[in-house]
Amino acid sequence: MGRVFVAGAGFTKVAEHWDKSLEQLMAEAAVKAVDGAGISSVNSIYVGNALSEFLQEQSNLGAIIAEESGLVGAPAFRVEAAEASGAAALYAGFCEVASGMADAVLVVGGEKLSDGLAEEVSSGLMMGGRAWYEGFIGAEFYSLNALLYKLYARRFGDEGIPMFPVISHEHADGVSHAQYPFKLSLEKVLSSPFLAEPLRRLEVSGIGDGAAAVILVGEDLAAKLKSPKAQLYVSAATDYLSPFEREDPLRFQSVALAVSQVLDRAGVDRGEISFIELHDATSIMAALCLESSGFSPPGNAGKLAMKGEFELSGSLPCNTFGGLKARGHPLGATAIYQVAESYLQLTERAGRNQLDSPRAGLALSIGGVGAEAYASLLKRA
Amino acid sequence: MRAPSYWRRMPFLYRLSGWRCDHCGAFHYSKPIVCRRCRSRRFSEAELPRSGKLIAYTVVRSPPREFSEFSPYAIGLIELDDGTRILSQLTDFQEDELREGMRVEAVFRRVRVNGEQGIIEYGYKFRPALRGG
Amino acid sequence: MVKIDGIAIHGYGGYVPRYRIKAEEIGRIWGVSSSELPVREKAVAGIDEDAATMAVEAARIALRRAGIDPRRIGAIHVGSESKPYAVKPMGTIVAEAIGANPSKLAADLEFACKAGTEAILSILGLIQGGQIEYGLAIGADTAQGRPGDALEYTAASGAAAFLLGRMSDDAVAVIEAWSGYVTDTPDFWRRSFDRYPVHAARFTGAPAYFKHILGAVNSLLESDGYSTSDVDYFVFHQPNVKFPLTVAKILKIDRGKLAPGLLADKIGNTYSACSLLGLVSVLDQAQPDQRILLASYGSGAGSDALIIRVLDGILEKRDLAPKLREFIEDKIYIDYSTYLRLRKEILKG
Repeated sequence: MGRVFVAGAGFTKVAEHWDKSLEQLMAEAAVKAVDGAGISSVNSIYVGNALSEFLQEQSNLGAIIAEESGLVGAPAFRVEAAEASGAAALYAGFCEVASGMADAVLVVGGEKLSDGLAEEVSSGLMMGGRAWYEGFIGAEFYSLNALLYKLYARRFGDEGIPMFPVISHEHADGVSHAQYPFKLSLEKVLSSPFLAEPLRRLEVSGIGDGAAAVILVGEDLAAKLKSPKAQLYVSAATDYLSPFEREDPLRFQSVALAVSQVLDRAGVDRGEISFIELHDATSIMAALCLESSGFSPPGNAGKLAMKGEFELSGSLPCNTFGGLKARGHPLGATAIYQVAESYLQLTERAGRNQLDSPRAGLALSIGGVGAEAYASLLKRA
Repeated sequence: MRAPSYWRRMPFLYRLSGWRCDHCGAFHYSKPIVCRRCRSRRFSEAELPRSGKLIAYTVVRSPPREFSEFSPYAIGLIELDDGTRILSQLTDFQEDELREGMRVEAVFRRVRVNGEQGIIEYGYKFRPALRGG
Repeated sequence: MVKIDGIAIHGYGGYVPRYRIKAEEIGRIWGVSSSELPVREKAVAGIDEDAATMAVEAARIALRRAGIDPRRIGAIHVGSESKPYAVKPMGTIVAEAIGANPSKLAADLEFACKAGTEAILSILGLIQGGQIEYGLAIGADTAQGRPGDALEYTAASGAAAFLLGRMSDDAVAVIEAWSGYVTDTPDFWRRSFDRYPVHAARFTGAPAYFKHILGAVNSLLESDGYSTSDVDYFVFHQPNVKFPLTVAKILKIDRGKLAPGLLADKIGNTYSACSLLGLVSVLDQAQPDQRILLASYGSGAGSDALIIRVLDGILEKRDLAPKLREFIEDKIYIDYSTYLRLRKEILKG
């Protein structure tokens, strides 16, 4: 297998883009990435998107994005894995480059959640569970997280879990592409209304639109391009869809497997990871990500958060541009935002959010409530 | 749900009736091709017990659109008397009545209604067990 | 009067929803004083209940008592005037829910409040004719009360189910005799697409309720029939508290024989389940060899009167499932606005 590099990235601001369609947002990000890499064509296109059939009544996104991005002719594939669709698209694109079949691949993720009402977005998220089980009874995404939160609190106490949105917002302060580029206090989080007790509104990511793209190239092409590069490794795993049917609902086995495997593939151990882009769709998921992947002992993630370990100045910075909560979570785009931001960190272009000489960064993307997990690792090239 | 999909699920939704793997005992909601735990291929029909205890619950306040007329509603994680865990809506309870660990029992209710013209989707919910019931 | 031979009740069950609204709470909205109210409180179905869901609950209890394999049930007949579907029988839904599908027959019957006893009679006939081995007869309703109307105080929700079959040693009770009395009397009706029924006020009394109940009952009590002293319990259709007590007075029956089967004050008028729930309540306490006279009444109009004799089998089977009293006493009071929401008079969105 050949080595794979990220050679360009582009993304839109996460916001309610009333005046732009899904394909326009994706084309915008795609073209920025293509230009950034200094190339004029790609061998294929992988599109990550979760809900276009439902919210936009649009299928066939692969061909549409090829056309909108001025790349008609290139093979194009839409990849779906619920909220991890972008990561799944990245994984597929990676494989085409690593196999030698392609020199350059465009991976673009996008989602336009504001086309739906909040109740429709909730229905859309609920589609990550089984239609006739969780879907039938209305056990929507936040209620499942709330049940996990309760079980977690019973086993470990829930101290510090609400710090995760606070940390994300701290990092998004002043970030131009973030949906909520401002600080959020712990008091505000704790006084926000319940979505499903004990999970509060300010502990979960919001509804927004956005698109992000990266260009993946093989070794030969990488050597010829002038743009900055970072080396990419990917891994993924699935688990039983319902957390309560797993051996331990508080351990995301999919995350554990994907992370172990990607560290192995990259020849990196946990201590060498300079930062993590967590899947903080909810505060409790952020904690479970860290614990399931072995970056925090079980029950300790919240306490470490309170101590400041995950701040930019801490021992393991997380969500360096605001994560899902503050930068935003336009489902199919999210993992690509994570990788694009990691790429900026590793190529010393993270501006005010720049970490000091980061060597490797990990991006975790989760579909459903841990039904699948993708771990994407970027290493300094 | 469309009528054919719903009809296929009726045995489970109406009676908690499904299939157990003959080899490892894993419960499946509909007849499996292969056991999702042990990959064995032999199964027997089985009905889950209709009572158990409430392990944890939450109240949904930001419902998906299919459920907006019923909100707020409660979702519970229940451990049935044979150890199987099941998610269910909870019904017929008063605010202060729900307690983790309490006995609950399955009842047959309207779970979703597809507008004025569509089918009524009946299924299971759990309610606080009747005293002595 | 028709003598019935060898048809027994093997299981019985009654269900009443948890919610109650006091008549005085309804009276408060419409400015009606407590002294004029026909019952004290009534049972209201939850937002996720309907006649089919309640029919299933009652059927499941009846089946617990009967202890037979549901696949031996050949027919399920459900009497109701609040069918969830205008076209699609509740019988098939109940059959699926109790594991009796595929059955041979399933149908819904309508005859206002006597549809439940109509179901008993049709099932009885199918067993007698040898077409089925066991049959389930159910009366279930979520009765519709027009806001501000007299019937709003009483129109209630409930269900009762009876598993019938040929006589056997462990049967709960045997049906000894029946008479029916039916005429075309338009005292209360509901047009096809109308939400609420209409009634003809005082016309619903003497020419309707009383004429038909007395017509059917007297046929059982005539010369070669039964005398009131042969009967230990009387259960009459109870649209309110007063009417069944008046029948008792006319027939010179001791009020004490009515009390165990008189539930209207606590749960209102459950329409097709009404007299049947009275029967359930009596079966929950009656002793072997005691006799029960049940008379239903359905507007439009007609009455079925049955003589039922309790058997030894009741002693073992009674305690296999919750008694009706547990459902009646397990209550949550609601106010009028919650009542409107549960009855879907007001809808979100």
